Amino acid sequence: MAFEGLSERLQSALAKLKGKGKVSEADVKAAMREVRLALLEADVNYKVVKDFVSKVRERAVGQEVLKSLTPGQQVIKVVNEELTQLMGGAQSKLELTSKPSVIMMVGLQGAGKTTTTGKLGRYLKKQNRRPLLVAGDVYRPAAIRQLEVLGEQVELPVFSMGDQESPVTIAEKGVAEAKDQDYDTVLIDTAGRLHIDETMMEELKAIKEKVEPDETLLVVDAMTGQDAVNVAESFNRELGLTGVILTKLDGDTRGGAALSVRSVTDCPVKFSGMGEKVDALEPFHPERMASRILGMGDVLTLIEKA
Amino acid sequence: SKTSASLAGAMSSVFSRNKIDEELYEELEDILISADVGVDTTMEIVDRLRVEVKERKLKDPEELKPLLSEILVDMLKGEGDEAGMNQNPDGLTVILFVGVNGVGKTTTIGKLAHHYKEEGKKVMLAAGDTFRAGAIEQLEIWGDRVGVDVIRHQEGSDPAAVIYDGIQAARSRGADILLCDTAGRLQNKVNLMEELKKVHRVIGREVADAPHESLLVLDATTGQNALQQAKIFKEATNITGIVLTKMDGTAKGGIALAIRRELNVPVKWIGLGEKMDDLQPFNAEQFVHALFAKEVEKETGGA
Ligand SMILES: Nc1nc2c(ncn2[C@@H]2O[C@H](COP(=O)(O)OP(=O)(O)OP(=O)(O)O)[C@@H](O)[C@H]2O)c(=O)[nH]1
Ligand SMILES: Nc1nc2c(ncn2[C@@H]2O[C@H](COP(=O)(O)OP(=O)(O)OP(=O)(O)O)[C@@H](O)[C@H]2O)c(=O)[nH]1
Ligand SMILES: [Mg+2]
Ligand SMILES: [Mg+2]
Repeated sequence: MAFEGLSERLQSALAKLKGKGKVSEADVKAAMREVRLALLEADVNYKVVKDFVSKVRERAVGQEVLKSLTPGQQVIKVVNEELTQLMGGAQSKLELTSKPSVIMMVGLQGAGKTTTTGKLGRYLKKQNRRPLLVAGDVYRPAAIRQLEVLGEQVELPVFSMGDQESPVTIAEKGVAEAKDQDYDTVLIDTAGRLHIDETMMEELKAIKEKVEPDETLLVVDAMTGQDAVNVAESFNRELGLTGVILTKLDGDTRGGAALSVRSVTDCPVKFSGMGEKVDALEPFHPERMASRILGMGDVLTLIEKA
Repeated sequence: SKTSASLAGAMSSVFSRNKIDEELYEELEDILISADVGVDTTMEIVDRLRVEVKERKLKDPEELKPLLSEILVDMLKGEGDEAGMNQNPDGLTVILFVGVNGVGKTTTIGKLAHHYKEEGKKVMLAAGDTFRAGAIEQLEIWGDRVGVDVIRHQEGSDPAAVIYDGIQAARSRGADILLCDTAGRLQNKVNLMEELKKVHRVIGREVADAPHESLLVLDATTGQNALQQAKIFKEATNITGIVLTKMDGTAKGGIALAIRRELNVPVKWIGLGEKMDDLQPFNAEQFVHALFAKEVEKETGGA
């Protein structure tokens, strides 16, 4: 895989650049060529890459080179700082203020919404909340059954009205049920849909208007390629997202979609899905994601040691 | 959307530039990258284009379009008619479906069952995903919809045993085709890939030359990781073809070009929606056309 040669390539690009007081344009150019390739191979959207590269170039040129670093390493240091910054810097938490607090899960087909609904319910229960899961996918075969099985696994109740009611009604009744029964958090699972499917996007808007969620979370598969920007942009425009959950990060993808989504929506990534089991959910760490996308953990360690 | 509109703009602007220069090649690279073709494959495509332009002494950017299509179609086609499905001429045909989580394996099985049933074949399904919540019920609903039998065990049981039973049942009921579902798994999970190898072995032991097709289901929205998926699933189950799903979205599925180039696995089917007739045989010319024209068509068609 192209991936494996990256660190080496970077090292050799950097090796040529040694012992100058200031970072020159030539230094930056050589290093940024490798960075650009690394980001593209990690599936960061090509436009996001362009913007990023020109921004870093500006910042890096003319910088004093730290004693311990070569100019190339200095550039990488800047790249990593900017990338972490772009990814949100610090970790972001859920903002749950209403009673009950409502969380709506949205996204493309197969992204991991239903599984993550179960995981997040479990996570919030551990924080001493009383979650109710709502089965709002009436389209996918056995979607309700899937959420019910997950509900059993995490020992949480599932509110369902079968697949003959509209998702808007189900969401509304689910929230009413939570009020009645004193649940403080409602997690609404919705059917997967394409961002260009107008009817289905209207349905989400209608649900959102009725239940006024505290959090509208876009669930994104970490393996998503260049199209991630289109998807995120549309969902954000139609719904006003409050956060993103990146799933399937237990795979070996570099996960550049994280950067694409972040930069077009300006929404923080709040959690990472790390497996199929209900306990495989972790808070998202921007700085770890930055080095994963760059695929050069060793280069960074080298810089940290210096 | 804004992004797709500007992409469409980029597509037509490439071929309507007034000369073939470096800028044009760079724009073309961007377009291929934005379709998930990947850096290496994009470079090869553009290099081949450069060579041809020189040899044929082309000057007009308009002439690039057919040339580029030719290169891409050629890359996708390989030799012979590999797009067709291999079938057992006398007896049971077994088709295995593999892939990472959530790509569309179970749905594609429903669609393909419908396709073969329409052709008058007797089709059966084996519920080899015994892991994911609701997976067996999902396949059973598809079985009902299409009107074919589903062989199932309990949740949590051994997938190889379900597939074994599926084969015995298909034989005794005189089925022509058995479609085997498996649980989604990420290719870096070593023990899950071992489990899949066992399923593959059981099929081969029970029916000579089976599975007749081992299809990797790939979500068209996937980026460069799809290449790694194809590589590892090929090692485990000797995949014979790809089903590219969710092509009804805005993703282009360009990674199929890289997979063909590096691993020589052909795309056989395209998934275009969630209903049972949303499946089409792969057509290289159409695919390449869509790679460049899809956004434009959507805009004019949808306006
Ligand atoms: N390895 C891994 N698999 C995951 C993760 N999250 C979800 N999955 C799997 O991905 C597949 C799809 O998950 P679902 O929860 O059904 O996805 P969904 O978005 O609800 O799908 P639709 O309702 O069909 O749109 C299942 O096989 C899940 O087990 C994750 O973090 N890691
Ligand atoms: N738009 C669209 N959606 C599709 C297509 N194929 C499958 N889907 C949807 O994608 C989601 C996942 O499909 P499944 O068939 O459950 O995928 P799977 O690979 O069996 O998933 P796991 O068994 O969990 O690994 C479902 O919501 C399907 O309806 C397609 O071609 N287009
Ligand atoms: Mg779901
Ligand atoms: Mg399945």
